[in-house]
Amino acid sequence: MNINATLLGHVIWFGVFIWLTMKYIWPPLQKAMHDRQKQIADGLAAAERGKQDLELAAKRAAEVLQEARNQAAEIIGQAEKRGAQLVEEARGNAKAEGDRIVAAAKAEIAQEVNRAKEQLRAQVSVLAVTGAEKILKREIDAKVHAQLLQGLEAELR
Amino acid sequence: MSTPTEGAPTSAEYISHHLTNLAVGEGFWTLHFDTFIVSGVLGFVAFFLMMRVARRATAGVPTGAQNFIEMVVSMVDAQVKDTFHAKSNLVTPLAITIFVWVFLMNAMDLIPVDFIPLVLHAFGVEYFKQVPTTDPNLTFAMSLTVFAIMLGMNFKHKGVGGFLHEALTVPFGKWLFPVNLLFRVIEDVAKPISLSLRLFGNMYAGEMVFILIALLGVWQLPLALPWAIFHILIITLQAFVFMMLTIVYMSLAAESH
Repeated sequence: MNINATLLGHVIWFGVFIWLTMKYIWPPLQKAMHDRQKQIADGLAAAERGKQDLELAAKRAAEVLQEARNQAAEIIGQAEKRGAQLVEEARGNAKAEGDRIVAAAKAEIAQEVNRAKEQLRAQVSVLAVTGAEKILKREIDAKVHAQLLQGLEAELR
Repeated sequence: MSTPTEGAPTSAEYISHHLTNLAVGEGFWTLHFDTFIVSGVLGFVAFFLMMRVARRATAGVPTGAQNFIEMVVSMVDAQVKDTFHAKSNLVTPLAITIFVWVFLMNAMDLIPVDFIPLVLHAFGVEYFKQVPTTDPNLTFAMSLTVFAIMLGMNFKHKGVGGFLHEALTVPFGKWLFPVNLLFRVIEDVAKPISLSLRLFGNMYAGEMVFILIALLGVWQLPLALPWAIFHILIITLQAFVFMMLTIVYMSLAAESH
């Protein structure tokens, strides 16, 4: 092994290259890699945040939808109730009206009947009198009536 | 073989030719021009490319070169973060530099052993070692630099007093401080030596196998490819091991026992 001044030359080379690397190669590369690492980390964090936001929004949307559905159901329920109420009311009104009409009709009928009865009664009495007159005029028979009168006489006695 | 026109060299000549550096200067002041230039060119090309990409780096979706470099850099950074828990602006760049540079220099091993020497021979250059990490000068340069940074890290995180206290009292307590100090010196001196010799030995042996395979004439074809494929593993592994051990040494220096 012949160690000689070449060693000093190589030491100079080595020193120069270390200096170049230390001064001009490593710092910019380190900075670039570090920045990229940070960018990637930021990007990932943003993506994560976006995902969370999306989840929140989906949850919110589901909530709103559910609320709307509930409201719609409520409104429909109310409407149905109101409708039923209206029908019930109408039915009640109609029934009352019907009852009233029926009652009026009945009253009128009763009145008419009464009036007819009155008239009939009047006419019957007239007819009875007339008939009686006619019968009396035609059928006065002493024999028949004598027997009848005799019976009466016997009863009175 | 390197020079078909000169008549065939012997195996020993061929091997030693491939293991001789292109050197200028005498004695200690010799410069291995080949490894110095190859390591420098590789480093400058790689690190200037990385600088260009880093300057335009954006936090947006990375494409092409930025993607690739970020992949490498973040792999290294993950290792640093796993092992080194103190705060430092130096350790990650140091680890990146080591991994990238050592990997590229090791990868020179995959260029066929005769290719560059043949081309350069045409320009009159006699010797050329293409793999800088087979030169102990380079591996020791790196490990000693790491050692120096490690000492600096020790002083910075523990202070001079804390460092001396640790060196003198760990592991046997203050009454056995000469033994402690001896242990500490052995431990710390072993670090750069093992670090550099591991890399050097692995790459030197790998290069040697390539040279031996190249000696086999036509039989090198079925052998060189499997060894090259296997060597890709060694190239990456040695770069990773050097980086990893550096990080471990730094974390040992920064954390008190």
